[in-house]
Amino acid sequence: MSRRQFLKSAALTALALAGRAVAAPLAAAEKFFHEPPWKRKKPYWAYAIDTTKCIGCARCVGACKTENDVPREPFYFRTWVERYVIRRSGETNVDSPNGGQDGYPPVRDPGEVSKSFFVPKLCNQCEHSPCVQVCPVGASYKTEDGVVMVDRKYCIGCRYCVQACPYGSRYFHPVLQVADKCTLCYHRIQKGLRPACVEVCPTGTRMFGDRSDPASAISKFMETERLMVLRPEMGTEPKVAYKGLDKEVR
Amino acid sequence: MPAGLLESLRAALPHVTGFIYPNELELQWSVLIVLYPYLTGLVAGAFILASLERVFNVAAVKPTYRLSLLTALAFLLIAPLPLQAHLGHPERSLEIFMTPNTSSAMAMFGFVYTWYLMAVLLMEIWLDYRREIVEWSRTEAFWPKRLFYKVLTFGVTNISPRSLEIDDKLGKAITVIGLPSAVLLHGYVGFIFGSLKANPWWSTPLMPVIFLFSAMASGIAGVLLIYMFLCRLRRVPIDMPCLDTVAKYLLTAIIVAFSLEMLETIQTAYEAKDHFDIITLLVEGKLFISMFIVQIAMGSLVPMLVLGLNQLFLFPERVRRACYAVSAGLSLIGILAMRWNVVMGGQLFSKSLRGFTTYKLELAGREGLLAAAVLTVLPLFVLAALLYLLPPWAHGGSARAAKSPSA
Repeated sequence: MSRRQFLKSAALTALALAGRAVAAPLAAAEKFFHEPPWKRKKPYWAYAIDTTKCIGCARCVGACKTENDVPREPFYFRTWVERYVIRRSGETNVDSPNGGQDGYPPVRDPGEVSKSFFVPKLCNQCEHSPCVQVCPVGASYKTEDGVVMVDRKYCIGCRYCVQACPYGSRYFHPVLQVADKCTLCYHRIQKGLRPACVEVCPTGTRMFGDRSDPASAISKFMETERLMVLRPEMGTEPKVAYKGLDKEVR
Repeated sequence: MPAGLLESLRAALPHVTGFIYPNELELQWSVLIVLYPYLTGLVAGAFILASLERVFNVAAVKPTYRLSLLTALAFLLIAPLPLQAHLGHPERSLEIFMTPNTSSAMAMFGFVYTWYLMAVLLMEIWLDYRREIVEWSRTEAFWPKRLFYKVLTFGVTNISPRSLEIDDKLGKAITVIGLPSAVLLHGYVGFIFGSLKANPWWSTPLMPVIFLFSAMASGIAGVLLIYMFLCRLRRVPIDMPCLDTVAKYLLTAIIVAFSLEMLETIQTAYEAKDHFDIITLLVEGKLFISMFIVQIAMGSLVPMLVLGLNQLFLFPERVRRACYAVSAGLSLIGILAMRWNVVMGGQLFSKSLRGFTTYKLELAGREGLLAAAVLTVLPLFVLAALLYLLPPWAHGGSARAAKSPSA
């Protein structure tokens, strides 16, 4: 075999091996991302909120701060509750004092109010997550069971993901100097427990469960109720579904 | 915990108007991120000015050729510092090289920056100065400088006409490669903002193009001012044909940048999507001074008027010099204001489109006004050092350089 033939064979072999090395994970990723959630064997976490039940007590906000060591100051939240007051004139007022924990100021003209309600917010764990997309070092990532996480030991603190989130769900941790966000209490759900905010909700506004289990309560809720997600026009495919979402909510 | 952060946030809380998401009180990107696109813009613009002579054979601007390259290098060396100072964990910044996320526009910065610095700017400067470096390594009296030049030759001491001719061809090829690299370096900065769909103030395909043309304007204006200042400092006459040509290109860049910005503004106003109301309040309120007065009126309209009049009428040389200096200065300020309006404007209003947060520029601190001022002035000191080591006006009888008498 001449040198030229040998080199040619070696190059072709290397190319074939490289192609196989690239093709296998690509095929696996393709299959994973296109399979509907309820067909997956592993748990695929889903979250739902029934805004018609929320009383705005904000116990969930306090529980989240306690469970996840979120700074107590009124500038950092993994979850919060907004109050909407819509008047007959069409004017809409929204507030969320300290995430809802400080209560809400009295409405000055209650006779003019046509409706008012509370809307809990948290990270939507988007299927097409812009914060994962923009992270320059890969510190933000999505787990196989559908939760978007931040690696605190790897984040460089550029804050690009905070800018990229259309829902305002991320904040920059003042002590750790890294991006931080709701992880659905991943350390709890891995042990079969529910997230802290779901655990303490007195009215059952917040629901959490395995979407890949058709018998679970959340699967039944999602299959039977008329649901909306926040800002669907963003194309992020949020995983937090809302029942009774008003058109004024953004 | 940065000192004073919680105090400043508590002080800012009462100044929130309307509703903002609770996590939006603190502005994530500060004045340092305003500076970063400004500095990289000066790099790209200065290099494009140098390419006029090298690639497009605009002979009139030859006196500014080497100065443009050195200016671009000085600002490029400082440009990453605002980013580095802004990071929560600057000691981890090398991760951007080791594990870049391929879907992130920001991840490519390190590679584009390194490529542009090593393969374009340094190579081009070295090739253009090689003859002088070899001569200085033999004749320089001050021995540390002589040693520096000897190292800088990298052992290549052949300065025969044939080798100089090869240098010239190589340098030209590098400039041709450097043009898209400069476009990429600064267009990508605009892309970082323009590709964020979460923010309607930033999300537009025109953003990289607007950034690029305003970068050209700021780079050309910067080199023009530095050239005039150096000629005055060295007490040598200014090459007026060169200055006139640079001013003409500055006018062109300002016109294109301004047209693109107005096109973007008119289209946004005409479309009047759901974010239009909040953006109208933004530009008529918080950004009125920095946008309409500083950026548009002083930074664009006045320079266009002054430079345009100089194209229509032949004013005396002294008047032309004054007009060029004033226009370049206003243009530089206007483009800095444009960067401020983009970066800060996009963060002042809530993504809920219902309210505004506030921003107070602190004097002290890692991200304060003093730090920003130091980072703005630092490239000029680097440039001074470069001019001391590699004076662009020393031509030593080089065949190519001898065609022009001054720097």
